Amino acid sequence: MENEVKLTAKDFSSDQEVKWCPGCGDYSILKQMQSVVPELGIERENIVFISGIGCSSRFPYYMNTYGMHSIHGRAPAIASGLKATNPDLSIWVITGDGDGLSIGGNHLIHLLRRNVDLNVLLFNNQIYGLTKGQYSPTSEEGKRTKSSPLGSLDHPFNPLALALGADATFVARSIDRDPKHLRDILAKSHLHKGTSFIEVYQNCNVFNDGTFLNFSDKKLKDQHIIHLEEGQPLIFNQGKQGIRLNGLKPEVVSLEEGFSANELWIHDSSDATKAYILSRFFDDTMPRPFGIFYQEDRSSYEEQMIAQLERAKEHMGEGDLDDLLRGSRSWTVD
Amino acid sequence: MKETQALRKVTIHFAGDSGDGIQLAGSQFANTVALAGNDLSTFPDFPAEIRAPIGTVSGVSGFQINFGSEEIHTPGGRPDVLVAMNAAAYRKNFASLKPAGVIIVDPAGFDKKNLRLAGYDDEENPLDNKPADYQFYEIEVTRLNRDAMKDVDIPPRDRDRSRNMFVLGFIYFLYNRNLEVTLNFLEDKFKTKPTVLEANRKALQAGYNYGDTIEAITRYRIEKAKLPAGEYRNVTGNQALAMGLIAAAKKSGLELFYGSYPITPASDILHELAARKNYGVKTFQAEDEIAAISSAIGASFGGAIGTTGTSGPGMALKTEALGLAMMLELPLIVVNVQRGGPSTGLPTKTEQSDLMQAVYGRNGETPIPVIAASSPSDCFWAAYEATRIALEHMTPVIVLSDGYLANSSEPWLFPKAADLAEIKPPFRKETGTYLPYGRDEREVREWAIPGTPGLEHRLGGLEKEDKTGNVSYDPENHELMVKTRARKVALVAKDYPKTELIQGPDKAEVLVLGWGNTLGAIKVAVGEAINQGLSVAQLHLRYINPLPDDLGELLSNYKRILIPELNDGQLVRIIRDKYLVQADVLDKIQGKPFLAEEILEAIKKMVNYGE
Ligand code: SF4
Repeated sequence: MENEVKLTAKDFSSDQEVKWCPGCGDYSILKQMQSVVPELGIERENIVFISGIGCSSRFPYYMNTYGMHSIHGRAPAIASGLKATNPDLSIWVITGDGDGLSIGGNHLIHLLRRNVDLNVLLFNNQIYGLTKGQYSPTSEEGKRTKSSPLGSLDHPFNPLALALGADATFVARSIDRDPKHLRDILAKSHLHKGTSFIEVYQNCNVFNDGTFLNFSDKKLKDQHIIHLEEGQPLIFNQGKQGIRLNGLKPEVVSLEEGFSANELWIHDSSDATKAYILSRFFDDTMPRPFGIFYQEDRSSYEEQMIAQLERAKEHMGEGDLDDLLRGSRSWTVD
Repeated sequence: MKETQALRKVTIHFAGDSGDGIQLAGSQFANTVALAGNDLSTFPDFPAEIRAPIGTVSGVSGFQINFGSEEIHTPGGRPDVLVAMNAAAYRKNFASLKPAGVIIVDPAGFDKKNLRLAGYDDEENPLDNKPADYQFYEIEVTRLNRDAMKDVDIPPRDRDRSRNMFVLGFIYFLYNRNLEVTLNFLEDKFKTKPTVLEANRKALQAGYNYGDTIEAITRYRIEKAKLPAGEYRNVTGNQALAMGLIAAAKKSGLELFYGSYPITPASDILHELAARKNYGVKTFQAEDEIAAISSAIGASFGGAIGTTGTSGPGMALKTEALGLAMMLELPLIVVNVQRGGPSTGLPTKTEQSDLMQAVYGRNGETPIPVIAASSPSDCFWAAYEATRIALEHMTPVIVLSDGYLANSSEPWLFPKAADLAEIKPPFRKETGTYLPYGRDEREVREWAIPGTPGLEHRLGGLEKEDKTGNVSYDPENHELMVKTRARKVALVAKDYPKTELIQGPDKAEVLVLGWGNTLGAIKVAVGEAINQGLSVAQLHLRYINPLPDDLGELLSNYKRILIPELNDGQLVRIIRDKYLVQADVLDKIQGKPFLAEEILEAIKKMVNYGE
């Protein structure tokens, strides 16, 4: 840029009135995003937000960047086409548990395996908010909603296990109520080359209030959250407890009763097997991990696409339209 | 003693098992006669299964070619010559052969097993009881070809694989063609497989020599056709379509992005484009039809020309995204290579039954321009024109081709790149106030590309406020926007050239109005009707939506309108609805193109009815 004017969060806020329900977790995520992007060193015109349908998908309207509020579940596919033709853009896909894991589940897993260099923020509130409260593919079994008055029969997705299964190269979890953590993860996802998948626990205070209370309530969260720090032992509950690996079996151990930090599992985000075990910390017997589960360096889809085009030009020469039209066998009629 | 007889045109139908190399032999014959200066048209007819049960009627693969010294408009009606490699091929095609036609058969394909597989009763061999009047060449292709393979170091199980070349060699002899084109082709194809090359070369030569050695055989000579001067090539519809997209992208200075999911009969477009990476073409084999069109929309948002291709069932899946593209007012090309429907229908057969879907098949008021290709080479022009409209009018455009056009071929007087019309997309470059839904006098909005400073904006599928594009639920605004989008598409017609008759008088009893692949058959039929003194003219539609502004007046000059369609009557409803004219359909829903004689008969009926 010619004159380096430092942009602020305000510069990234559009002139549109934000219309989520008061108290919705989306506000915090929007705020963190608006304050992180000025720090990333990308020009505003090179940032694009693409969303599908759902409460979270209104997000692009509120960011003063390029954006598209598209159709239900298809944002990953739209973003893939955009990135393939505009590899320099910083693209953020905004989706939810219904948009990204139900109607758009297919696109999401294919995006992850292709490793297109963009960031996916999946706002997981474990409910359909925009359609006023039906159970979602991440709702717990037995959940009573308008569409499941006797309890939902569906077994829920574990989004991070799904992403790892699809060979995602960056898999992380954060939460609306921990702004600092969320900003940190957003910044790191931007630095990652390839698809970054971030599950953000988001409270829908209208239709599913308190689902993530264990991870946001001051009194509860210490026992229920474990923060993943690269190269650090897995310790939680204010240093009182840790996780030890017994073979491939994780165990909660007490540091107050004889175990030392040396014996604990040291977080290594390059280890796919361990990342998978972490992703299975999914019930009440284990603390819920937050942070980067897994990160891998694999060349991105569009990088390879461009390289292939270059190689083709080298081998066959830059295509000439007249040669194409003539083909390999032509003849002349006088 | 060999006689040579001159003919003006001939229709040959090659038929055999899908593993017999029928398509290859047919297309080689087509290339040879094209290079020799004949006009021609071909029509491959594939079995539905990739490897249908060997020897059965459902496994028969066919390739028909009509070539001549005069202008050729169709792959021919009833063939003059049938090449049947086995009993099933014979059984399937004999009935459609012209009376007194020529039949070339290999008796080895009529052994007990083949007869049984073809569904003939025990002991019933059609070769034992040849219908009189037909001219049979019973050639022991399998035995003779094995003889030719004697000195070739080829495993026994592969030695029969060159039988197609033996037969082709014989046909070349019969029609006075030399082997050069095919020999060159074989050399190129089997560069790295010298034994296979030798086997095929020997087979081709042996077939030719065989013709030379048998006595009392009539050879045929078909002189060059008097075609307009210039440089020609053979082209299939799918090839031409792919080239049309590349050409339009080049001429508009944009990157071409093709997102597609494999589907018969559109996959060849994907294959053609994937092989053109040195032209900067980006192809994306998507996870499904929806992702295919969505990725193309993403590419168009980013300033490329996003394109996608499919067939009927895939088109159905793309419907919601098409609505989005219309709402975003971004350029987008959606090619529908129609096939027999409904549902999975007849994937390898042709039909024109997605016209209504193209014009109307979306939720809400969603007008989209629709363009139809009318011959294999015309697929180029249809794709080119569609891309021009999409880019200059900022709208998705649907291109209708079909299975018949896609796989058929014809000689094409191809254009020079420099002669192609310029295409000018309405890019917004300069900063300053940008109204994403501000419009010019044609109701076209400006295209601002992500990455352009100062033009940041948000698009979406929710109804938008006039000019600003902000989300709006205002009732009057919604009506205004619906009407504006409709007017924008209607105004596309202002670019059209004057609508011209293909043939016939400006005023007559009957107008035969066609669209798509029926062009050739209607041309022959109306030509013949005019020769017979009937009062009839021909008009063919390139633009299905919006229809040309001058069409209504043209139609009013005819008492009755006949619309031949390979469906149960679709264009006819649109024409009646729009112009309140007396229009009747001639429908055919058999997965096959029209024969000219079928249309001629309908014209006669209509003229007589009018009297
Ligand atoms: S319904 Fe729930 S998720 Fe949607 S805006 Fe309201 S609180 Fe947020």
